[in-house]
Order: sequence, then C-alpha cells, then structure tokens
Amino acid sequence: MTHAITIFIAAILTHNIALTYLLGMCPFVSLSRSTKTAFGMSVAVIFVVTLTAAINWPIYHLILVPTGSKLIYYIVFIIVIAATVQLVEMIMERFFPHLQSAFGIFLPLITVNCTVLAVSVLMVLRTYSYGMTLVFAFGSAVGWMLAIMIVAAINEKLKLVGNVPKGLQGAGIIMIIAGIIALAFLGFGGMVDVK
Amino acid sequence: MFLKKYLGADGYKILKLGITRDHPIFAVGLGICSALAVSNTVANAIAMGAGVTFVLVATAVIISSLRSMIPQRARIITYMITIASFVIIVQMFLDAFSPTISEALGPYVALIITNCIIMGRAEAFYVTNGVRLSVIDAVSNGIAYTYTLVAIAVVREILGFGTLLGFQVTPDGWPKWVVMSMAPGAFFLLGVAIWISKTITEGGSEEEEE
Repeated sequence: MTHAITIFIAAILTHNIALTYLLGMCPFVSLSRSTKTAFGMSVAVIFVVTLTAAINWPIYHLILVPTGSKLIYYIVFIIVIAATVQLVEMIMERFFPHLQSAFGIFLPLITVNCTVLAVSVLMVLRTYSYGMTLVFAFGSAVGWMLAIMIVAAINEKLKLVGNVPKGLQGAGIIMIIAGIIALAFLGFGGMVDVK
Repeated sequence: MFLKKYLGADGYKILKLGITRDHPIFAVGLGICSALAVSNTVANAIAMGAGVTFVLVATAVIISSLRSMIPQRARIITYMITIASFVIIVQMFLDAFSPTISEALGPYVALIITNCIIMGRAEAFYVTNGVRLSVIDAVSNGIAYTYTLVAIAVVREILGFGTLLGFQVTPDGWPKWVVMSMAPGAFFLLGVAIWISKTITEGGSEEEEE
C-alpha cells in the first residue's frame, strides 16, 4: 500500500511524465494556449492512459509472454491503443453525446500522444504488477494534466501583458515557461524515490 | 497539406524544403518529444537521428510502393504497423550492437512509433507520391531532424557534462551546469532554438505558426 502511494506521488511530482521525461510534448505545445482546451485534453488523456494500461497489462503478461512473442509488443500496444480510442469514441457518440461534444475532438489526437504508449512501455520495462500499473498510469496522466494546466494558465496571463518578443511567441515561449516549471519541479526531488 | 507545393517539383527542391522552410521541428512543430528527451548527449542524438531516418526511409519505400493497394479507410493503421515493425528492427539492432545506447534511450526508441514526423510525412507525402520522390523526402526530413538533435546535444553535453562524444573538452576547473543535461535545460535550449530559427525565417512567412 505505501508502495502504491509512493508510485502515485512520484508519477505526479518527482517523475512527472511531461516535465521530467519530456513526453506528450506535441499536444503540450499546440493545446496549452488556453486552459479550457488544455483541461479537455487532460481529461481525455487521464481516461485513455488508464484504460489502455489496464488492457495492455493482461495482454502482455497473459498472451505475449507465455507464447514467447514479447518481441512484437510495440505493434500490439499501438494497435490496442488505436482500437481503444476508436471504441471509446464510438461509445461516447452513442451514449453520451454531450460528453462527446465537450472533449470528443481531443480523442483522435490521443493516438499520437506519446504519453499513452510511453506509460504502457514503461510498465513493461519497470515490471510493475497489475495494481501498480493502474496507479502508475493514473498518476502519470494526472501529472501530465498538472503540467499542461500550469503552463496554459501562465501562457494565458502572459497574453494579457503581451510584450513577448515576436520570434518567441507561440511554441518558443511555451518551451521557456515549461523550462521554468520543470526547474521548479526539481525542488520536489528526493521527496519520494522509485526504484 | 504540403502536397500542392511539391506537385511537379523536382527531387532537389523537396530535399531543400525539408531541411529549410518545412523543417519538421522548427517550422511544423513535429517530433518535439524525442528532440527534447534524447538530446542530452551527442551519442544518443546521433543514434536517435539515425534510427528515425532509417524508419522514415523504410516507411517511405513500403508506403509509396504499396500506395495503390492500401485501402483508404485502413491507411492510418497500415502506417502504424509499418512504422512499428521497423522500430522493432531498430530496437533489436541497438540491443545487439550498442547495449549502452539502447539502455540510455530506454522507452524513447519505442516512441519513434508516435513520432509525428513519420506519420505526418506518410499521410502528407508518401501515400500520394512515387518511391523516388518519397525516399528523397524521407532522407531530407531525416537529415533535418538529425542535425537539429545533434546541434542541441552538442550544447547540452558540453555545458552539462563538459564532454563531447564522451571525450573531455573543457578545462579541469569547469563548473558542470548539471541542469543543462536535465529536462529544464532541454526546454530552454529548444525554446531559444525555435526563437532563433523563427527570427531568421521571419521575413519569409509572417503568419502565426499553429
């Protein structure tokens, strides 16, 4: 139990998937212009990351390992992720139309969000148990949300002041903000330790 | 999206555009994850650049030669399986010939699959063009990606570790700027690199990059 809490805190603060492992940067740059889109994308990411990790773990440990086909797990994972995203989209369209209109547009983008594949690959590399995997996946996604929300909020305020150098506007300033936040997150280092 | 510009253009023009105006990282904003994550040492950057270039060229050959057979609705999954297969080859090659680099790159080799450069080029170019032009385009994008990674890595490795490709290049009393080899340094350097690149190309295109 304490180990699970350690993994959860580490995934959010000390080993933040966006600010320490630098993952999920493509949507990070394009969506952190307003807190509203950032929030929509984050909710979709939390949902899909946890769901795909929960599906990929049994597939890897119950099918790929016993049949000796560990080698092809990249292909299997990416297909599972693409299929899950498609399925979630269809279910949402059918049963929760208002949810679909709120953050449905973010779902197709998630397949190319490296966070999703990275969480599944990291769970294999670090040999987590099923429970640990769920905690790790959920924590990582929440950490990603925290990072993108902070950067989006700062970016929004910065637009009101509006004296960012011309060449730095857009992707450039987001990188600089993320750098400062990453520097701040280094302060959490040593609080909890995984491995 | 970039298709119209390329129609009727010769190979040289494609090669030049990929490296300069349509630079995948600076101009289009693709493949940023790995550009940040593996640029802490020059050796990692070269390995990653070579891996991505290999996957790009191999994908270009497969997709462009099979383009008339790929069903329109199943094309994204076709790209994914093709890319993932070649990424597995890269992973096996690194495991066999350079275990240290393979360990340093860790999960980032697998993440070549979700590197938007390859998927983006496949969708925008390879699926509608012949093998020759597609390979030229793949090489061009691969070179652009690799030199950016290596350029960032040279700065980060010298400042962060005081070495270049593992050899010490700084005096003994050099204070190692450890943050440069960690995540914040990557963000700052890429931010500055985008700034410089945008300022240089500003005269050409005025519109806001989205």
